[in-house]
Amino acid sequence: MSTPTVYRATRASRIAMIVAAFALIVLAAAPWWAGRADLRLMGEIFLYLSLACLWNLMAGYAGLVSVGQQAFVGFGGYMLFALTIFGGLHPITAILLAGLLAAVLSVPIASLIFRLKGAYFAIGTWVMAEVFRLTFAQISALGGGSGTSLPVGIVRSLASSRSGREALSYWLALGSAVLVIAAVYLFLRSRRGLALTAIRDSEVAASGLGIDIWRTKLEVYVVTSAFTAIIGGLIFLQKLRISPDAAFSVNDWTAFVIFIVVIGGIGTLEGPIIGTLLFFLLRETLADFGTIYLMVLGAVAIVVMLKAPKGVWGLIRDRYDLELFPLSYRIKLNDPKDI
Amino acid sequence: MSDPILSLTKLDAHYGDFQALYGIDMDIHTGEVVAIIGANGAGKSTLMRSISGLIRNTPDQVHLNGEAIGTLRADQVAYRGVALVPEGRQLFPSLSVEENLLLGGKVGRPGPWSLDAVYDLFPVLKERRSQASTSLSGGQQQMVAIGRALMANPEVILFDEISLGLAPVIIKTIYDALPGIIGGGMTALVVEQDISKALEVSSRVFCLQEGRVSLSGKTDHVTRDQITVAYFGVAA
Amino acid sequence: MIEWTGVILQGVLLGGLYALFAAGLSLIFGVMRLVNIAHGDLIILAAYLGLSTTMMFGVHPFAAALLVLPVMAGIGYVLQRGILNQTLGPDILPPLLVTFGLSVIIQNALLEGYSADPQKLSAGAIETASVSVGSLTVGLLPLLTFGVAVAVIASLQWMFYSTALGRGFRAVSDNQDIAQLMGLNKAHVFGLAMALALAVTGIAGILLGIRTSFDPSIGGGRLIFGFEAVIIGGLGNLWGTLAGGVILGVAQTIGAKIDPGWQVLAGHIAFLVVLAVRPNGLFPRVQH
Repeated sequence: MSTPTVYRATRASRIAMIVAAFALIVLAAAPWWAGRADLRLMGEIFLYLSLACLWNLMAGYAGLVSVGQQAFVGFGGYMLFALTIFGGLHPITAILLAGLLAAVLSVPIASLIFRLKGAYFAIGTWVMAEVFRLTFAQISALGGGSGTSLPVGIVRSLASSRSGREALSYWLALGSAVLVIAAVYLFLRSRRGLALTAIRDSEVAASGLGIDIWRTKLEVYVVTSAFTAIIGGLIFLQKLRISPDAAFSVNDWTAFVIFIVVIGGIGTLEGPIIGTLLFFLLRETLADFGTIYLMVLGAVAIVVMLKAPKGVWGLIRDRYDLELFPLSYRIKLNDPKDI
Repeated sequence: MSDPILSLTKLDAHYGDFQALYGIDMDIHTGEVVAIIGANGAGKSTLMRSISGLIRNTPDQVHLNGEAIGTLRADQVAYRGVALVPEGRQLFPSLSVEENLLLGGKVGRPGPWSLDAVYDLFPVLKERRSQASTSLSGGQQQMVAIGRALMANPEVILFDEISLGLAPVIIKTIYDALPGIIGGGMTALVVEQDISKALEVSSRVFCLQEGRVSLSGKTDHVTRDQITVAYFGVAA
Repeated sequence: MIEWTGVILQGVLLGGLYALFAAGLSLIFGVMRLVNIAHGDLIILAAYLGLSTTMMFGVHPFAAALLVLPVMAGIGYVLQRGILNQTLGPDILPPLLVTFGLSVIIQNALLEGYSADPQKLSAGAIETASVSVGSLTVGLLPLLTFGVAVAVIASLQWMFYSTALGRGFRAVSDNQDIAQLMGLNKAHVFGLAMALALAVTGIAGILLGIRTSFDPSIGGGRLIFGFEAVIIGGLGNLWGTLAGGVILGVAQTIGAKIDPGWQVLAGHIAFLVVLAVRPNGLFPRVQH
């Protein structure tokens, strides 16, 4: 009698892990081999990658399609400024605390906007982000509508030299991307991740299995909000200047992130990575065209959504049956002759 | 014999990867009343959906009056004279009784059926014309569903499980009204789980089993035993 | 006291404009459960179309509406049949993300065509004209806007519940398959619904353009106001949408009276309060 074997890791996924480990070492050494501008660009890429992974977890896995994540990006940024300027905290402590505060704040927010279903939830999140923007614009201690800069003393507390600061902020970006990807991956592999996948496939069936849908979604929302705020803190640690319009920009922190995930492949872990690379490739080649570039981006996203809803990664996966992050279970039917 | 009004040729139907019908062949002639019987899941409703255009097929699998209609949308099929009384009535809850009927007449085909004619057939509907269709009893809702299909003045009318979920006395009322409905030369396909009701009104019968025709013939000629075998797949 | 009465009256009239933002949104959600993220940008597009028409032909914005409305309706029909119909289904992601992409395209196309400079439609004397009601003075334009909003909503209501077109809309909304069996081509019906919604958007865009200056970036904000009016009023209730717009308008003018920076924020807070207290809105549709 042959027993089928159930497994997750594939040859491709093992190779991918090894390649990723090497890549990580090379990337970690970037401050020694990359120029200043490249280092900055790479830092930005990692921060966008983190935002994309988080949005993908919400929209692609938990079905929480938000167009208001800029609320937490901006909140994280503003908390960095407020906690360092008024609280005297070290910037990194302030950013971690910002994540914690965002988690706390996201609970009452969720209890309100979770009342909105589907697409209305999306616009509800946008309203929340607007409330954040308008509120921070009222705080004159943080520069009101025109914003403020991070004082030199606080910037210096990170590292004394400019290159040291740039390296540190790059490592923080790289580290956060690795952390976010690993956390999302491990979460999806866990029991809760399984519950999430069940909800995505069928809410009715999932609740029949005893999964508390509301609670599972809330957990995802809270965790994503916290991480998003941390990334927001890191973004504005790189920028050193904040204003309500920049901090809560729907274009910068949501539109681009959505395009990244949609083009790369929503509901897959590989999608945001591919999407981020494609996005920056497009941006670096078309950026000179300004508005045209954004129109192209919008059009590409529409075409992808209509013609290949699982994105570029979905096309690759269907063609080659690849999975770099082994999430699904595979079954191998052992040939009786082997036994 | 004249050319059939409705003809199915090697009709297959799929729901995604699941195949529900396998090579159904059927010729229906003008004025015939044909019963389609079969167990749950035999493919009766799928057959209705295929004919009415809710499931798209290849062009030559369905012919109406000699025209290949297999790939037409349901609304295009409706304009050509096919009406369906769907399983479970499926009235529009946002529409009143009269609005449901008027919508049935949207295709605007000429013929004997009008609002007044439907009200003459089912006088109770006239009393309740402005009520929400959901406020009616099951039997009255079935009358609206039938009236709605008649309003289209179809050449071919499909009845899908019209007795399902109704009290016997209501079923009798509706089946008593049926000859008056179909008598005017209309061609009808009657899908029923209640075999005796189906045989009572029909001149010919097809039995489906697991998506295939397992028996067909004139109602007078098929025996109970043949039906039992065709229905269940085994002799009782 | 009289001062506050004036503030509230202004808010009520402003609510008319918001109800116009909302009416199209409400209509297409009612018929096809579609939420159009590009709705606000389409309002701004209509304002720019009005601008171009007034400049090209040297006509009054109201006359320009005669051209803008059919053009917007045409855009709506083509958009629905060409793109949006393909996104409709059980999954909410495609319509959301496709309309989001549309929003970005429209916004940047307007930037490309008209630049980021604020523009305004000039309607001449009517902009400053006012009428006196007792000791209150009310601007003629806000009054007219409110009147138009009431007329638009009354016509939509009549269309929806008393015409064959409205019957078709309701039938398709109830059950697409069965409606199709009645000879309704849902792709066409959805196209008509979007055409109608964007015609209303055309009216809203022209009135917005006369009232305030606009630039390509403000579409998102208009979408939010419309959305808030819909939710405050209760989904699927057109008169409720008008009430929702009025509540939003009054909250905003009261907020602005306290501190000019509070205008929009006060509206959002009113929306959140309603969401907390009456999640289904104040006047949800009564199921008959």
